[in-house]
Amino acid sequence: MLASILTITLVIGGTALLSWPLGKYMAALFSGRFAGADRLFTAATGGAGEQDWKQYSLALIAINVVMFGFVFALLATQHLLPFNPDGQGAASLDLVFNTAASFTTNTNLQHYSGESTWSYLAQLGGLMWLQFVSAATGIAALAALARGIGGQATMGNFFLDVQRAAFCVLLPLAIVVAAIIAIEGVPMTLLGAAEVTTLEGAVQTIARGPAAAFVAIKQLGTNGGGFFGPNSTHPLENPSFFSNAFQMVSIILIPMACVWMFGRIIGRPKHAAVVFGVMAALLAIKLTAAVTFESAPTMAFAELPVRQDVGNLEGKELRLGAITGPLWAVLTTATSNGSVGAMHDSLNPLTGLVPMAGMWLNETFGGVGVGMINMFLYIALAVFVAGMMVGRTPEYLGHRIEGREMRLVVLALISHPLLILGGTALFAATPWGTGTLNNTGAHGFSEILYEFSSSAANNGSGFEGLGDNTPAWNIATGIVMLIARLLPIFVPLAIVGSLMAKRRSAESAGTLSVEGPTFGVMLFLVILIFGALTFFPAAALGPIAEHVELMR
Amino acid sequence: MNYILPSLRLWIVSFLVCVVGYTALMLAFAQTVAPYRANGSIIEVGGKAVGSELIAQDFTSPRYIWPRPSAPGYDAMAAAGSNKSPTSPDLTKRAIETIARYGATPDNPIPADLVAASGGGLDPHISREGALYQAGRVAAARGIPTADVERLIETQAFSAAGPLAPERIVNVLELNLALDRMAR
Repeated sequence: MLASILTITLVIGGTALLSWPLGKYMAALFSGRFAGADRLFTAATGGAGEQDWKQYSLALIAINVVMFGFVFALLATQHLLPFNPDGQGAASLDLVFNTAASFTTNTNLQHYSGESTWSYLAQLGGLMWLQFVSAATGIAALAALARGIGGQATMGNFFLDVQRAAFCVLLPLAIVVAAIIAIEGVPMTLLGAAEVTTLEGAVQTIARGPAAAFVAIKQLGTNGGGFFGPNSTHPLENPSFFSNAFQMVSIILIPMACVWMFGRIIGRPKHAAVVFGVMAALLAIKLTAAVTFESAPTMAFAELPVRQDVGNLEGKELRLGAITGPLWAVLTTATSNGSVGAMHDSLNPLTGLVPMAGMWLNETFGGVGVGMINMFLYIALAVFVAGMMVGRTPEYLGHRIEGREMRLVVLALISHPLLILGGTALFAATPWGTGTLNNTGAHGFSEILYEFSSSAANNGSGFEGLGDNTPAWNIATGIVMLIARLLPIFVPLAIVGSLMAKRRSAESAGTLSVEGPTFGVMLFLVILIFGALTFFPAAALGPIAEHVELMR
Repeated sequence: MNYILPSLRLWIVSFLVCVVGYTALMLAFAQTVAPYRANGSIIEVGGKAVGSELIAQDFTSPRYIWPRPSAPGYDAMAAAGSNKSPTSPDLTKRAIETIARYGATPDNPIPADLVAASGGGLDPHISREGALYQAGRVAAARGIPTADVERLIETQAFSAAGPLAPERIVNVLELNLALDRMAR
């Protein structure tokens, strides 16, 4: 227990400390303090004119079309292209669609196993490229939003922002992380699978490849898509306790830094500290719950002569330490990362509920850039509710939040449960879903619920027993991921665009301060009430029902 | 303003930097600094590749220490967990078979890691207790004292991160290689 507490403190506390200077650096970067780099980037894409929210959004759409189109074509033709030492064949078009949508939207939901599906060119040139660019797109969108809300006249230039994020934030960090995990044992080679003869004389073929580079950006960009099928539970993707610790740090580092970056660009670091505190409180609650629930032993072994003094070990790796299962499950779903350090399908029922709750809320630091954007929606809601309670015009940083903005906020917030619960209902009622389950009863329902939660949260983890490489799953989740990515970026930009068009008022003594504990508590409660009440009925049918029925 | 042309230029630039440049740099680094690790930690004995230090392989002979159960049957091209709920009767059924293979009884219960499948199905380690549990069988099959096997296990057992992960574990392939060396 002491070792677990120590590990949690080091990973989360250490990352929080690192996030402060990184956020400061990112704010300076997006404020144009690095003129030399900016000149280079401007030359690269040709021009860096100032854009309003519509132009910024159109640029974002344009690059997303290029991303999706190029990777779709590359994945569909991989069997004709080089860097394919293991001779991967053609993939089905519905899987290509799902995968291209999944990586374009920063989700990295994987309905395949990398080592038996994609060539090295498809993995690096298609998927890893998207892991950089989609993450950079999210960070750029946050910079634009912060500029608008902070009172600047325009939102900046999208093409400049994407290059700043990709080349000056993601790339240097990825080089460091890739170097560390390569030394720890993640392979980095273009050689095909290794063939060995085991001590008992059998032939074993061992998949390998250029994994270290891939895994580093997978974690840093809250992408989460693994090089190998079982993601970071695979010994070659996560070979040691330390590779594991560095990967967990990489998962939350940039999402944490994004909060500080936001606070600095709007010129209100104290407000950022309150938001950071609310996020940290939510994280602490989820962590406590997950660690507690996962310390219960594997129920299936309860009547057997098995010595169970270490909690539930099904789906877990010994070298990563006992705490990794619940800790990683919380971190990967608090952010929109979606890589896994233990198999979520085999977590105890209530532990499995915690990552689902993380994806339902989706802003406990959240995805790079987009997590803070999601939080902005909740902030607007909290400010509005607080304003109504005391009978004053709701204001956020001097911007009057009125009917038009609130309609947009609600549209974005409601779309999330709508996509999750609507999709779950459809697939739970039809063979599209029920014919693909790996577990029966309530746990089977949880598999469907998890898959749609993961798609709509752009998370990408899964209850991986689900047989999800079917046309129905590939198409449905592909569409959900695309809607769930673009809507929560464009709607907030539109809201800020609308706020920018109005005259900003000065804050007075009567304005609700967004820098104090009162606001923090308000925000916390709004998130909890909105999130918890929306999803409670679904949770009761899945993990809670399984717990009540089967755990003794 | 035109958005297509800048997008295409961004595509080319980011591809060159983040895919070509970054991959080349990391390949050069890993192949120079840690070539054994970079190529999959393949262990060679007498010039022949016998396995990866990081990948579990199947052991069924009583002469060897056995690894954790594997959902894909130790197929290192199809790594996967069981993805069964911890409440699943399928897990109970699988565990009963494992327990029968080890001959565990209520008086001599088996450590949980030998019964529970790992996340990727290729966990190269078992717990120190799991190895000691098998020492008697291995010693009998090899015709050597159990104490020798136990001593070997104790020298090979390590904790993954000192005080951060105090539970001691053993690499099964390395332990079995050491057992074979001991015989010679």
